[in-house]
Amino acid sequence: MINYLKDTLTLANRLIKHNLRSIDTIITVVAMPIAMLLMFIYILGGSMQLPGVSHREYVNYILPGILFMTLATGSAYTALRVFMDKSSGMFDRFKSMPIAKSAVLNGQVVSSVLFLMFSTIVVLLVSLLTGFRSNANLGQWLLTFVLLFGFAVMVTWLSMPLGLMAKSIDTASAFSYLLLLLLFVSSAFASVKGMPTAVRLFAEHQPMTTMITATRELLAGQEPSASFWQSLAWMIGISGLSFVWSKRIGRARQFILNESARLGVLPELLIFLCRLACLKRQDDGK
Amino acid sequence: MTTIIKIDQIKKRFGKQQVLNHVSLSVEQGTIYSLLGANGAGKSTLLKIMTGLLPADGGDVEIEHHHLPKDLLTIQRRFSYSGQQSSIDDVLTGMENLTLVAKLRHLPQSKVVAQDLLARFSLTDAANKAAGSYSGGMARRLDLAMSLVGDPEIIFLDEPTTGLDPASRNDLWTMIRELKAKGKTIFLTTQYIEEADQLADRIGFLRDGEIIATGTPAEMKQLAGAEKLKLIFKNDADSLVAQKILETAQVTVLDPVTLVVTLSAGNHQSLAILKQLADAEVPIDNFGLVSPTLDDVFMKLTKGVTQG
Repeated sequence: MINYLKDTLTLANRLIKHNLRSIDTIITVVAMPIAMLLMFIYILGGSMQLPGVSHREYVNYILPGILFMTLATGSAYTALRVFMDKSSGMFDRFKSMPIAKSAVLNGQVVSSVLFLMFSTIVVLLVSLLTGFRSNANLGQWLLTFVLLFGFAVMVTWLSMPLGLMAKSIDTASAFSYLLLLLLFVSSAFASVKGMPTAVRLFAEHQPMTTMITATRELLAGQEPSASFWQSLAWMIGISGLSFVWSKRIGRARQFILNESARLGVLPELLIFLCRLACLKRQDDGK
Repeated sequence: MTTIIKIDQIKKRFGKQQVLNHVSLSVEQGTIYSLLGANGAGKSTLLKIMTGLLPADGGDVEIEHHHLPKDLLTIQRRFSYSGQQSSIDDVLTGMENLTLVAKLRHLPQSKVVAQDLLARFSLTDAANKAAGSYSGGMARRLDLAMSLVGDPEIIFLDEPTTGLDPASRNDLWTMIRELKAKGKTIFLTTQYIEEADQLADRIGFLRDGEIIATGTPAEMKQLAGAEKLKLIFKNDADSLVAQKILETAQVTVLDPVTLVVTLSAGNHQSLAILKQLADAEVPIDNFGLVSPTLDDVFMKLTKGVTQG
């Protein structure tokens, strides 16, 4: 187990170096969301002049969407790195070595989640300079980070099978646009009430709206509502399905040899959190 | 000699295509085995099966008395694999690439191991440069150095010199010979006959997923047939007279003034032929014995035609 963790962290460390040495990655994952934040606040927000909505309220409203956008754009690089490792022969080198084979993909997951969380924190710090203020207490901040972490894990696992399946660099990262589209057709940047009926119905029931609402509520200092638990369920469900999908693709395309069905570190952690949440709800029921 | 690798009746199919069909071979410890074949013959697939990167549909891979896939990790501790492309991380430096592999092999003092290998492969000056800036030859040297981290007993190389210039190719051949001198067993695939001839103790010809011939380079050359006598005449007329005189021999006309006679009765037949032509006063401009090459074997085995 210790060697397995060491291998995972060694492989993750390699990819963190990739991220930190890639100007393109840093610009897209850190600088672009900051630019979007500033654009929404000082260009779009300034022009819209929403009646009865103060500058701080507007910043507080759009920040969860910007944070999720940061995570969504970053996941494109995860798919890209998976694709590059697959096509450059690095996966073959690692898998021909006496290491746990699941450490190869889990290294990708750990590095991706760490980098996504790092970029999210940078964007969050910049948002404080632009006027964002939260009424959340420590517990609510922690739960906010659970949601952001859960989303980072979800988009990371979602990018794994797509990176493994992709036949070109372009297709490897294209799925992040779909995530961004889902973000725009949600309550991330505008209220769903003003949307046409068909779009509104979709926006109200798609997972992005649930996750944005849950994050917004926590940052506003509200106790976790049904949205929080629904968001966790979406995240665990999508992560789990993506994990199984990755394994299936790995086997179908013969990237992975028969190995005992050990789950990765992060899916195991998510299952643990889910169990913990279930126990808490049972306790609350009593 | 001890057999260190034994492949028995390996089968592999991708969709409707049977890529490997009952392939069997064995490799002796401390030798170089070269698997020779054209593109698409199944060389890389067999190598990936031998290294546990691909599962076989049938058959057995035995390495040092361990079997795949049951003893995968035990076997993988004993060998290293270098793929067809240079499997190096372009973003990391040469030093970082080597320490990465050393850490994954759980070696103590990974930096010392990396420094030793950098020096051995003349890469010390480029140790802190991104591997993406290396030339093709340097990248292949780094790739081979990464394969030697942990001092594995068996080294699998998939087309190690493909795409290299002649100087880099020679450098790599020297390094491979040095590894053999240290007692390592090397299994390499190649489509270059010269490479197999230069390096291999034993060669296996793979065609359409089947081993069609195996043996030492000398044994392989014998497969191409007898030695030949090459005769060059001053003009077409002399060549035509010689063809008439030698009508009972196996003669191939290379060009109007050049004939090649297969010495099916042995090398001494050449003296009789030269005497026949001298007695008939047919002047010969030049002549010489031509030994069969692996090219001849390759042509004979892959096309069923022996070159003249």
